[in-house]
Amino acid sequence: MYVAVKGGERAIENSHLLVSEARRGDPSIAEISVAQIEQQLRLAVDRVMTEGSVYDRELAALAIKQAAGDTVEAIFLLRAYRATLPRFGYTEAIDTLKMQLRRRISATFKDLPGGQVLGPTYDYTQRLLDFSLAVASAECGEPQTNPPPPTSPEQEFADVMALLGAEGLIEAQPPSEGDPVPADLTRVPMTFPASRAERLQNLARGDEGYLLAMAYSTQRGYANNHPFAGEIRFGSVEVEIIPEELGFPIVIGELEITECQMVNQFAGSKTVPPQFTRGYGLAFGHSERKAMAMALVDRALRAEELGEAVVAPAQMQEFVLSHSDNLESSGFVQHLKLPHYVDFQSELALLRQMRASQSAQSESSI
Amino acid sequence: MNADVSRAPDSSDSGYNFAYLDERTKRMIRRAILKAVAIPGYQVPFGSREMPLPYGWGTGGIQVTASIIGRDDVLKVIDQGADDTVNAVNIRRFFTRTTGIATTERTVEATVIQTRHRIPETPLQDHQIIVYQVPIPEPLAKLEPREAETKMMHGLAEYGLMHVKLYEDIARYGHISTTYDYPVMVDGRYLMAPSPIPKFDNPKMHMNPALQLFGAGREKRIYAVPPYTKVESLAFDDHPFEVQRWEQHCALCGAKDSFLDEVITDNDGGRMFICSDTDYCGQRRENLAAVPANVAEAKSA
Repeated sequence: MYVAVKGGERAIENSHLLVSEARRGDPSIAEISVAQIEQQLRLAVDRVMTEGSVYDRELAALAIKQAAGDTVEAIFLLRAYRATLPRFGYTEAIDTLKMQLRRRISATFKDLPGGQVLGPTYDYTQRLLDFSLAVASAECGEPQTNPPPPTSPEQEFADVMALLGAEGLIEAQPPSEGDPVPADLTRVPMTFPASRAERLQNLARGDEGYLLAMAYSTQRGYANNHPFAGEIRFGSVEVEIIPEELGFPIVIGELEITECQMVNQFAGSKTVPPQFTRGYGLAFGHSERKAMAMALVDRALRAEELGEAVVAPAQMQEFVLSHSDNLESSGFVQHLKLPHYVDFQSELALLRQMRASQSAQSESSI
Repeated sequence: MNADVSRAPDSSDSGYNFAYLDERTKRMIRRAILKAVAIPGYQVPFGSREMPLPYGWGTGGIQVTASIIGRDDVLKVIDQGADDTVNAVNIRRFFTRTTGIATTERTVEATVIQTRHRIPETPLQDHQIIVYQVPIPEPLAKLEPREAETKMMHGLAEYGLMHVKLYEDIARYGHISTTYDYPVMVDGRYLMAPSPIPKFDNPKMHMNPALQLFGAGREKRIYAVPPYTKVESLAFDDHPFEVQRWEQHCALCGAKDSFLDEVITDNDGGRMFICSDTDYCGQRRENLAAVPANVAEAKSA
């Protein structure tokens, strides 16, 4: 009988208990700690911080634990928490040239000031399952070779962009006229066409898998990018604010970030000689796949500005930017789980009516 | 900032403001609502926040409700017309947790009604506010996905695209094939999506004494129909607007004038039709029980 939708309240409470139980798993296995997640699942933490738009390793690790490892759910938890935080002010722009590097590579020059620093990367591991990890081990080996001298904060290495810029080979990137305060899309919804600042904010919060697919599509001919990885940096930078009562910047902490500067071909136009153009990617923590994908998509979205024909999905602002946020997409796709009895009933009635009138017609035509 | 996890707000909710949102956010949303009321049917962009419920599950309606609700309000939450569907239960629990205010299932007792997909059968009154949860605020979105284009169409009141769509429906099927989220003209100016209510409910919007507010969280838009405003469902002179009718009565209360849900009762496809509005159905059954059967029979005939 008609009881299916009754008792919703109790059902919801019970489902909460079940999800806690499922999260915990077999109670005879030790419970994972937030600190363990923070230390040993660092790349998951980085992704959750990046798309959750909060730099806090501990909260991100907590979110991962609560979400039973579902990163998109963890991102949701962190974002909802973020929305309740008061906003004290804005930091000064970070200076990535002053980054304390743990990794820095360029695919465009064999060597460059500061050198190529591989750092912690999976790039040249052979993807063979390491069965020794299946048992808890005491320690890992120390790096054997002469480690490159650790860079100190005082050292600044010109990035590849500056080297190319000196020759005028890459577009200059002066601040916009009057250096306006960038729009904040967490406060004011984006309107189209969106400024580059808004686009970059959107991409920085955007779903990694989505951006990866968009970026990939540009490499396969849906928008021609011809990209080169000019420079990828991973390391820590200082964050400064200028308190009103002091009037000068003070350091309030450090962030680990990944930055990608992509170099792209550009044939030039009547007014601009041929030169390279830029695509830019930035993410919290060590998130190279995200930063690179972001840089490719950023460049593709500049099509209109650079006078290129907008023909591929990755070049279409509204398409790319309106679908990049995984809170929005996951929420709306999964809202189909909610009851739709009323709309469905309306469609059902219409379909029956249409079938009835069609069969009436075919009968009368006999 | 390095938040101390142990001090982060927990399920006791003590760390959150009344109705969850901070007062500055509420003020921003109230401003958007005021603008929406001043320009009936116009979609006002607002800085939608991430809520602790997923986008697409009512975050727009929740933000609107959170911004207008006060300690003396009485809240009713329905989904598909029913107070006891899981999403309605969840949203009502959210407001009970974060405000502690009184809730009701009775339409007449509520001062604020948050709804998804229905307008109550019981007529609303001028002290009530109905808040609709809206998935897609743009009525033209299915015809023109680019917002830059639809904004211009609204600016110029250029709604030919929608009329052509409706005309093509008639040419192909003999009638308009939109059954819910049926487009309306508000105060003769803006084309508006009534949210996915069945077109059965569209006439209730017209000259309604209650304030009607619409919140789309994911799409970051708020719009409104002020009390006693003309709301006209699009139609043609030779194809006037019509609402759904049922051959059946409600199997529980016998109503012939309410929107009926179909419920499958057994594996052989047995079915019954019942009111989607649970409060309306419940009230009718109470009234029927209170009067002698022969009078009830005469009334429902």
